[in-house]
Amino acid sequence: MIEMKSVNKWYGKSFHVLKDCTLSVAKGEVIVVCGPSGSGKSTLIKTVNGLEPINSGEITVAGTSITARETNLDKVRSKIGMVFQNFELFPHMNVTENIKLGQIKVLGRNNKEAEVKALALLDRVGLAEHAHKYPSQLSGGQQQRVAIARGLAMEPMAMLFDEPTSALDPEMINEVLDVMVELAQEGMTMMVVTHEMGFARKVADRVVFMDHGEIVEDAPSKDFFGSPRSERAQEFLSKILSH
Amino acid sequence: MMFDLDFSIIPANKELLWEGMKMTFLLTGLAIGGGIILGTFLALLRIAKVPVLQHVASAYVNFFRSLPLILVIFWLFFLVPLIVGRPVGAFSSVLVAFILFEAAYYSEIIRAGINSVRPGQLAAARAIGLTYGQAMRSVVLPQAFRAMTPILLTQAIILFQDTSLVYVVGLRDFLVSAEIVANRDQKLVEMFLFVAVVYFTFCFLASMGVRYLQRKIAT
Repeated sequence: MIEMKSVNKWYGKSFHVLKDCTLSVAKGEVIVVCGPSGSGKSTLIKTVNGLEPINSGEITVAGTSITARETNLDKVRSKIGMVFQNFELFPHMNVTENIKLGQIKVLGRNNKEAEVKALALLDRVGLAEHAHKYPSQLSGGQQQRVAIARGLAMEPMAMLFDEPTSALDPEMINEVLDVMVELAQEGMTMMVVTHEMGFARKVADRVVFMDHGEIVEDAPSKDFFGSPRSERAQEFLSKILSH
Repeated sequence: MMFDLDFSIIPANKELLWEGMKMTFLLTGLAIGGGIILGTFLALLRIAKVPVLQHVASAYVNFFRSLPLILVIFWLFFLVPLIVGRPVGAFSSVLVAFILFEAAYYSEIIRAGINSVRPGQLAAARAIGLTYGQAMRSVVLPQAFRAMTPILLTQAIILFQDTSLVYVVGLRDFLVSAEIVANRDQKLVEMFLFVAVVYFTFCFLASMGVRYLQRKIAT
């Protein structure tokens, strides 16, 4: 489903953010990407839908090249849902309108269809009674669940999550993770940048560990948590699991 | 004599004054509308990732901001007919002058407004598949305009006052109409007092509106 081959990216001339990253995500797979801050994991996930351009290498999603000039990136993006660390709901629209926007503008659904879909998705993420509220009236956890619903409304073939719980108060993390676990169990292809190792252990098929722009380890999650091969992954795990 | 004021000339000339007022409002309204449209376009050029477009837009802005408004008005009134080979009316030449001039200021305001919207908003809009144009129209610009409404209104107040400059090309706005009455009936004090009160009232009310909006947006 998602194939990355020898992806390189520099910021300016000197800062090599992604070094020769190769990674593949099969249909229905759930991949967790972790690593210390500044390791390039957020940049990596943003290259999948072309929000971050790359300097060399190749990325294809369901057989469509992200990097080829003739690719209609907008069309590819509409098939890949993305959830951001800071939710990025549109503050001037209510929750339902947030979920309707892409359906109407990109998929060409009419207002009624989009509304029905939006309300069904809100119900699914447990927010049916908040349909007419504005993002600022919701808690962080609720906003993030709306953001997931906004992504799902496009009926994506894969979902990208860029640190979806990092900006949340601890008591709200689980309500978001629950939605994500459910999604994983339903067979959604997911690539998730997160430090939530409980989530990784529970649903991830593979864990990818990055450091200094490199993919240091790419292993089935059982193996990763059992006996990470690289020293850097061991060190990272001992730091975040010790408390 | 100073205390022997006769304000009855105001109702006596209300049609003439009202015509002038309408001209002032019409010019202000059209110049704001045109200025915002052209200004938005210039702002989008200035943030475009194409250096040539950026340079063109910034040259435009710097050019018009370096000239006195009255000079731009003169220019369009006297030079454009020479270029196009036929007279253009005072109204259209003045309106074009205001739009071109105001757009330079509006574009800076609008650019700042666009920059005040978090970059993540554009990314999120693009991520659901909106094109750059759709993302700007539906997501970024509405938030930018909301943030900059007070300062746009402040600029509108300045423009409302600046429209009085049209007297230089003989257009009858509110001030010119009042002056005609004042000179004809020798009621200079009354008329200019009246004009001052009218301009002050409109601008003061609009300023209060600005403060109200600022408070509303801040919360």
